[in-house]
Amino acid sequence: MTAQKHIIIIGNGIAGITAARHIRKRSDHHITVISAETDHFFSRTALMYIYMGHMKYEHTKPYEDWFWDKNSIILKRAYVSKVETNSNSILLDSGERLTYDELIIATGSVSNKFGWTGQDLKGVQGLYNYQDLESMEADTKGIERAVVVGGGLIGIEMVEMLLSRQIPVTFLVREASFWDNVLPKEESEIINRHIRSHHVDLRLKTDLKEILSDEKGTARAVLTGDGEEIACQFVGLAVGVHPNISFLKDSGIETDKGILVNEKLQTNFSNIYALGDCAQLRQPREARRAIEAVWYTGKMMGETVAATICGNQTDYNPGIWFNSAKFMDIEYQTYGYVSAQLKEGEESLYWESKDGVRSIRIVFQSATKSVVGFNAFGIRLRHKVCEQWIKTGTSVDEVVSSLKKANFNPEFFKKFEKEVIF
Amino acid sequence: MSREGFSISLASPYAPGMDGIQKFGIALFVVALLFTVIGLFGPAANDPELFFYLGFIGSVVGLSIYTVRTYLNRPAGVQNNHIFTSSLTNRGLWGWALGIFLTGFYVALYWGSDEMWNGSPLVLLFNPLSQGLFNHPPDRWFLYSFIYTVSILIMGVRAILKYRHSNYQIVRTCSIMFFQLGFAFLIPQFLKSMSQPEYYFSYFWPLDYARLFPSTVDGMLSGGTIGIWMLIISAILTFIATPILTYFFGKRWYCSWVCGCGGLANTAGDPFRQLSDKSIKAWKIERWMIHSVLVFITVLTILLWVNSFLEGGIFGSISHALTKVYAFLIGQAFAGVVGVGFYPLLGTRVWCRFGCPMAAYLGLLQKYFSRFRITTNGGQCISCGNCSTYCEMGIDVQAYAQRGENIVRASCVGCGICSTVCPRGVLNLENGSTHTDRENANPITFGNDGIGLRKGI
Ligand SMILES: Cc1cc2nc3c(=O)[nH]c(=O)nc-3n(C[C@H](O)[C@H](O)[C@H](O)COP(=O)(O)OP(=O)(O)OC[C@H]3O[C@@H](n4cnc5c(N)ncnc54)[C@H](O)[C@@H]3O)c2cc1C
Ligand code: SF4
Repeated sequence: MTAQKHIIIIGNGIAGITAARHIRKRSDHHITVISAETDHFFSRTALMYIYMGHMKYEHTKPYEDWFWDKNSIILKRAYVSKVETNSNSILLDSGERLTYDELIIATGSVSNKFGWTGQDLKGVQGLYNYQDLESMEADTKGIERAVVVGGGLIGIEMVEMLLSRQIPVTFLVREASFWDNVLPKEESEIINRHIRSHHVDLRLKTDLKEILSDEKGTARAVLTGDGEEIACQFVGLAVGVHPNISFLKDSGIETDKGILVNEKLQTNFSNIYALGDCAQLRQPREARRAIEAVWYTGKMMGETVAATICGNQTDYNPGIWFNSAKFMDIEYQTYGYVSAQLKEGEESLYWESKDGVRSIRIVFQSATKSVVGFNAFGIRLRHKVCEQWIKTGTSVDEVVSSLKKANFNPEFFKKFEKEVIF
Repeated sequence: MSREGFSISLASPYAPGMDGIQKFGIALFVVALLFTVIGLFGPAANDPELFFYLGFIGSVVGLSIYTVRTYLNRPAGVQNNHIFTSSLTNRGLWGWALGIFLTGFYVALYWGSDEMWNGSPLVLLFNPLSQGLFNHPPDRWFLYSFIYTVSILIMGVRAILKYRHSNYQIVRTCSIMFFQLGFAFLIPQFLKSMSQPEYYFSYFWPLDYARLFPSTVDGMLSGGTIGIWMLIISAILTFIATPILTYFFGKRWYCSWVCGCGGLANTAGDPFRQLSDKSIKAWKIERWMIHSVLVFITVLTILLWVNSFLEGGIFGSISHALTKVYAFLIGQAFAGVVGVGFYPLLGTRVWCRFGCPMAAYLGLLQKYFSRFRITTNGGQCISCGNCSTYCEMGIDVQAYAQRGENIVRASCVGCGICSTVCPRGVLNLENGSTHTDRENANPITFGNDGIGLRKGI
């Protein structure tokens, strides 16, 4: 075993915590995890379920509270105001200073705000952290209408949350169709229809101009780009996130949008690493983006950095892209590469159920017929099988004829592979 | 415990209002229930028809109208809104009130005197049904059996509507309702009305613990051909059918498709499933308790047989005392009073998880010799915790799912709710082609090609 080091991890989200757990599995280094948000790791992806009453905060903690002590992972609730690279130390807001041998920065994201007038009024907020949940809880009590801005994954979650409390919602989406920079037209339209079927006032091609205040400094209406005034008492801003790195100013750590890291997730300092939402790869792998703010990439980065720090130098390689989400009642899974507009040299097969709530798309290369990606709505596909097909460049004909292998729907569900006709 | 739960409002403060039909259903339910309660103070004994049909049946109809309408008003999909903000389902005032009421009912049922029950308006209320269908007067066990069945049926319809986006849940709930109505109510009651032993085909040893006691066997043997057949069927069910079915399908074939205890839990108890304890400590206690009960009943059954061969010899007094202890502690206090009475406080499967010897037996088979497993879909889990929260058996499903690991657990009854509530399509109940390929522990996220699928670190 290597000599004991003190490893400080800033951020107790999925990236930081995965790193801590895997370093512990591999070594007996001292591990300190510092975070400002909550005492314990909880699942950010479940914030909406707390608001809707499906769960309580306790249920969103993946590990029981004794776990950390038992595994000698020291948790500290504090805000890191500065990283002092020349002395290998960090400064906490309490004035306390801690020194590290290796530092892992996993500070996640912050919600975007684009400088709108009124964006800091009471009743206007994004949804990213636990404090956002608390303010949303407080500011949506007894209101008559809410407006959600931003047609993406968090926007639609906020809409669903508000609907669960019988609050009428106007949903402003700048694009011509929901999430149409990611979803192909047909899939995007499934979701437009679904949103409307939940009695949401969906406004496509509509952007936010400003938020109007009442005399107490609370939001009372939004003004759209078309000049329409929509009365509301809560405004959800879900217009994306960006890496949470402002505290690194003047630290000497190189940043762009995020913290710049190499394939070992190392910054320009060899004993400082960055992971998760806040990391920006200098050289992302083919078909992958430099910043990927999703759950599993944070997890994989944590696993990778733990290997490296414990003496097993490992490059970050997240393999083939996949992701999933749920748009109210419609589940969405994607494997491989399906872009909103087919790339040159690609074709796709698309099937949609008659009721318009389930669909499958298979994208393949015209020349070789190899499949490159899958989109599924209202249908569960088997990750392992889809990945294997993409990795080995299986031909679309073979995939279609053996689609059954990829069926991950529960027993007694209608066998979609029998229905699907491309 | 949230303070909100202790408001006197039954519904969550965030729940939607009611439409006309729902209001009508609730009004009918309340009025008919009040009418029944008035009857229970005496009048029902003199005119049971009036109070049975207008009162009891009226309230059942009212409740059904309300329930059906409520769920049809909502789009198909996961419907767990407000569960943790409503008093009834989050151990608030109403949860406690219901728990105390149910517990009281079970105490009176098991340990009340015959004088108290026989001829009481509550029992006589069911005279029209009991006489009409089965030609015998009702007693407290008829009353219990009937209410139990009605609960499974009404709340079964509710479960079907609530989970109507999942065919697995629809088919499974129909199976539960079928077995309860046919095998645990109609058939035994008809047998009884034909002066045959009141036989429950859907229960057998070790759940129906006395089924293989020497005294029961003697009774059946003396009951002619039917009795002998029943004995043979009992033995086959316990020793042959159970291992075979469990090998192919897991313990779910019994626990969440046939058994009445599981049936009640998954229908009437469904609103309370989230209250089970998910801690590792609870899991430890569970393993000790449930296996102890299995050992207890097995040893006891053997003792009784030894005793019967020795014709009362050395074990006589001990084994009879133990039978009494078992019947009181396990058969009544645990299975009934705690098992159902505490639904709104400890969740629905307390008995199935901590006490049922049948579940213990099935669980051992499932853990070591079955093709059943819950598979995890690669790296898709987002650790949201819905699956664990809604597991009635207190399994921390998420702990497996987030590692991409299959779930192979003795306690899993295969109700399928984890798969139904998972927002990312991660979990699936599957019967593989063998029992040897189920465990796939791997600490690295599926798809993390930098580290690869390598076992152990
Ligand atoms: C509502 C919502 C739903 C989502 N749903 C999905 C989903 O379904 N699927 C998916 O793949 N992804 C989803 N995401 C994205 C996913 O949650 C994030 O990608 C992931 O949580 C990022 O993890 P992380 O560890 O990088 O950072 P975080 O989880 O943000 O953790 C960083 C932590 O560091 C703390 N911190 C930051 N700066 C400091 C400092 N200076 N000092 C001390 N502490 C600090 C923060 O307070 C925070 O607790 C969702 C995100 C949100 C907000
Ligand atoms: S398996 Fe599904 S329900 Fe369970 S934690 Fe993972 S994503 Fe959530």
